[in-house]
Amino acid sequence: MGQAFVLALQLIAALDAELLEIIARSFAVSLAAVAIAAAIGLPAGAALAVYRFPGRRAVIVLVNALMGLPPVFVGLLIYLFLSRAGPLGFLGLLFTPTAMIIAQAVLVTPIIVAICHRLTRDLYEEYRDQLCSFGARPHDAVRTILWDARVSLVTAVMAGFGRATAEVGAVLIVGGNIAGLTRVMTTTIALETSKGNLALALALGLILVLTAIGVNAVAMSLGGVSAYRRG
Amino acid sequence: MSILPLSLDEVSFRAGDRALLDGISLTIESGPKTVILGANGAGKSLLLRICHGLLGPSGGKVRWAEGTTRQYERQAMVFQKPVMLRRSVAANVAYGLRLRKIEAGERARRVADALRRTGLTDFADQPARLLSGGEQQRLALARTWALEPEILFLDEPTANLDPGATRAVEEIVSGFHDSGAKIVMTTHDIGQARRLADEVIFLHRGRVAERAGADRFFAQPSTEEAAAYLRGDLLW
Ligand SMILES: Nc1ncnc2c1ncn2[C@@H]1O[C@H](COP(=O)(O)OP(=O)(O)OP(=O)(O)O)[C@@H](O)[C@H]1O
Ligand SMILES: [Mg+2]
Repeated sequence: MGQAFVLALQLIAALDAELLEIIARSFAVSLAAVAIAAAIGLPAGAALAVYRFPGRRAVIVLVNALMGLPPVFVGLLIYLFLSRAGPLGFLGLLFTPTAMIIAQAVLVTPIIVAICHRLTRDLYEEYRDQLCSFGARPHDAVRTILWDARVSLVTAVMAGFGRATAEVGAVLIVGGNIAGLTRVMTTTIALETSKGNLALALALGLILVLTAIGVNAVAMSLGGVSAYRRG
Repeated sequence: MSILPLSLDEVSFRAGDRALLDGISLTIESGPKTVILGANGAGKSLLLRICHGLLGPSGGKVRWAEGTTRQYERQAMVFQKPVMLRRSVAANVAYGLRLRKIEAGERARRVADALRRTGLTDFADQPARLLSGGEQQRLALARTWALEPEILFLDEPTANLDPGATRAVEEIVSGFHDSGAKIVMTTHDIGQARRLADEVIFLHRGRVAERAGADRFFAQPSTEEAAAYLRGDLLW
């Protein structure tokens, strides 16, 4: 155990090529997934705060429920869609990084929608009459509250990124954990641990923990800045 | 052509079975500064919101002289508690201009002019929400100034302000009037009403109890409720 730990630190210190490749792929996949999820989830969350339509409450309940989707289940669904016999099988995406991006985007989008909705709802309550008086139409209001809540919305995106980098079930199923192609930090940890190669697993685990700490630190310092800026 | 006069025809507003406004028929012409007086809860804020279009009446009609399709573009309102956008002071002023698709050069000119008139030029780049209450009230006026409205609704624009800030706001309001905008405002400050009003609409329990020229109203109110209000006797 102690020995594995030392080896792990050595791998990190030596900037081991295999280690770096896996870290880079993990970040690339999760960043792409979060970018897609944010592009969909932020406008959707703000729209839920602004527009009034029948079934709106049901949508909000649903989105909140989807936040807790089990990753393996999402992986299975995407797998069924992308597999040879599935409706999107002709795209040939199964066991590619693209499939992993899709799976993580599906996991993260509800999180960003739900957090964004919560953050923008109160802001819109406060702004509504004033914006209306300025002549803002609902789509103007969506853009306005997204912009004015931008600092706190970073936390929503960060939460999504944390969830994406940490999940293993979905990417394992749709990515297949192929060396040099679809192996990311979490899937490698699972595999190397089962093979008894604790050093690499532990090194990646440390990087994951550091990532989580880094993401939270950034989110917290941004929160502090925004508290000042908003008065 | 002007969007004025604004006419209200038997306007009412109900919440549950309470009639908060009832049978209000008014014509608001351009020109004289109109001050709406009345005790707390008389319905002043409600009436302004209905005129401005933020609330639909439960009954009756609100009509502008011209079509009302883009009704907000030619009017503006300063709220009892103005909402500061989480942006700089200058961006707060520019916001409404952007919505009206005023091009950048003209926008910058109007923002600078509005900040100068309200004495906020030095605050231009500060976050608006860090301003003091009086400064926020002046920013609310700057925002509406830049919009060059034909009619401006003000809901107690000087509540909670110190005498100096109150005077500053009154001067800005007079500036609006001099530039040709129609002023419709509420206040609980009788001295202010005397200084600013050309005519008075007195609301009592959701009805127009009296409407008169300011001189007449303050010298000799024709209803007992208005007389009591001016003496400081009328409670609800
Ligand atoms: N949207 C609403 N729904 C139900 N009741 C309302 C609503 N808005 C206002 N009221 C009630 O209508 C009455 C008149 O309110 P309004 O705010 O117009 O009073 P006001 O004359 O402006 O009083 P103040 O001088 O205290 O500002 C109050 O009793 C208030 O509780
Ligand atoms: Mg009021």
